[in-house]
Amino acid sequence: MDKILEIDNLTKVFSMGSITSRERLTATDNISFYIKPGEIFALAGESGCGKTTTAKMVLGFEEPTSGTIVHKGKTEEHAQSKKVWLTEGVQAIFQDPFGTFNPLRTVDRYFFETVRNYKLASSRDEAIDLIDLKLKAVGLSFAEFSGKYPSEFSGGQLQRISIARALLTDPVLLIADEPVSMVDASLRMSIVNLFKDLREEFGMSVLYITHDLATAYYMCDRIAVMFRGNIVEIGTVEKVLMEPKHPYTKLLRDSIPEPDTDRRWTEKVVLSDLEHEEYQRTGCKFAGRCPEVMDVCRSVMPQDLDVDGVLVKCHLFAE
Amino acid sequence: MTKIILRTEELQTFYILDVQGKQKVVKAVNEVSLDIRENEIYGIAGESGCGKSTLLKAFAIAIEPPLRQVGGKIIYLVDGEEVDSATLDAEGVRELRWKFLSYVPQGSMSVFNPVLKLKETYQDFITSHVEVRSRDEALKMAKEQIIELGLPLNILDAYPHQLSGGMRQRVTIALAALLRPRIIIADEPTTALDVVVQRGVVQMLKEIQSRLENTIILVTHDMGVHVNAADRIGIMYAGKIVEEAPTDVIFSNPQHPYTQYLIDSLPRFGDKTPRESVPGSPPSLSELPPGCPFHPRCPHVLDRCREEMPDHIQLDIDHRVACWLVGEGENG
Repeated sequence: MDKILEIDNLTKVFSMGSITSRERLTATDNISFYIKPGEIFALAGESGCGKTTTAKMVLGFEEPTSGTIVHKGKTEEHAQSKKVWLTEGVQAIFQDPFGTFNPLRTVDRYFFETVRNYKLASSRDEAIDLIDLKLKAVGLSFAEFSGKYPSEFSGGQLQRISIARALLTDPVLLIADEPVSMVDASLRMSIVNLFKDLREEFGMSVLYITHDLATAYYMCDRIAVMFRGNIVEIGTVEKVLMEPKHPYTKLLRDSIPEPDTDRRWTEKVVLSDLEHEEYQRTGCKFAGRCPEVMDVCRSVMPQDLDVDGVLVKCHLFAE
Repeated sequence: MTKIILRTEELQTFYILDVQGKQKVVKAVNEVSLDIRENEIYGIAGESGCGKSTLLKAFAIAIEPPLRQVGGKIIYLVDGEEVDSATLDAEGVRELRWKFLSYVPQGSMSVFNPVLKLKETYQDFITSHVEVRSRDEALKMAKEQIIELGLPLNILDAYPHQLSGGMRQRVTIALAALLRPRIIIADEPTTALDVVVQRGVVQMLKEIQSRLENTIILVTHDMGVHVNAADRIGIMYAGKIVEEAPTDVIFSNPQHPYTQYLIDSLPRFGDKTPRESVPGSPPSLSELPPGCPFHPRCPHVLDRCREEMPDHIQLDIDHRVACWLVGEGENG
């Protein structure tokens, strides 16, 4: 099958503390998923579930402890260097649009720098045409942005500018790490709609990393739900979010505050007191809070099971 | 009849700044009149930079330069008597704080002293506000409350960094509720928290409210949180309350175009129909457009909107809106 990105058994272990009291934290534990061309794929979960670590490994910022990342049929070793690996069409945008840009530099310099680094234009006029074209794709123009500093834009505009900069190299895959969580609620949908438009227009794939299941449902095709380093459920958004199977996905789905007066929270929720312990569990990491916990869950890590076209990591579905 | 615990009359608080010799006035709260009742959760919604945090600062009597109260009044009902905030001196404010009114500012999970165990923070807090015989008695009081709220007791022996953000936020709220204040003001208490934890925090706020039968003023931009927590909601835009109604009415029958956008733009599960954001971006509070501040972004703009700010029109007992489109020709 044609896959833009394939992640296979990716594991990242962080060692913390001093030599005498070393602690190991498994940020991602044997995770596998793939992204097809023109697909918007969501990697969802709460903070500390390993979703950003995954993104960092795909971008080459972190070295995986084990496992492989295959991009367009090539592993990282096959690429000539890290830099080439990135120019082959993976671009990223990050959570904080105000932190992305240096406040003392005008934003257009970032664009010219990218054009120069990747030799995208032979003259300044050509560069301006290219930049203007990409800015138009996000609803801005060169005239209204040249010579301005980051402080002269709103968060939503800066996030659009980040996206336009990422588009300069015509990426096939955009990695978006919480791109809307710092954008105002009233402007959030304009960014979300932009991803959908870019997919329609350029056939670009997006790895959308988020904790916001409502926007994930709105724009994504498939979703992987992560919990404490494991992917607990992967499938189409329709199946995973509308008929969640894993007890954690159910809890997460029910906890989204919906702007609907008919769907208020009714049941009480149990919170984990010691998050740290959950990483160290030998069995299922969710066993301490799971309403349907069985004896086996506390000692054995469940396998990935195919249930009705969805991969679920839960003993409840074992034969 | 329900009592009004906090009332503002045409409240105006502006930031008056001196920028390179020129005076710059940021109209963060502009002629806000509100009645907040006893025994309710009042939600204030709006995007960042609409003045909602500044309004809370005024409620919490935490106005400090460059922020100034330029006009209007804030009146509290303390033990059945009306008190104007302007008449209070520093000692008077101190008397009210924590006992009558608690303020949980934004990002308050980082308020704890990092080198003190939480039990010492609790003891310091209690001994400086209430008459207790010893620090042990203060500790007993702290333990009682922690058990009452269903938090684990071992947090008292922990340092702040050992707790998760959600737990710290819940401890901050617990501390704010400790002296059974009549009003608790919470500024974005669930922002930056995970969804499950956010639900736990909202649950705790509601529990405290129903136990103390007091008033909680909850500010958040998340309409989903408002649905689950607030009894009434005020929608704020560019320093003004543009619409106010009970939660169910705001969601079933929003009248102001801004409120309609806020609610319609939110994605819902099981519904993939395209959603649109509010066009344009929020105005700068130092250079407000003339007339209704929403008119440059409003799809239904009339000539009148560009010139005059509409007054509030009472649509129902509890529903009011400031928009020329509503009840045209009637006098608000």
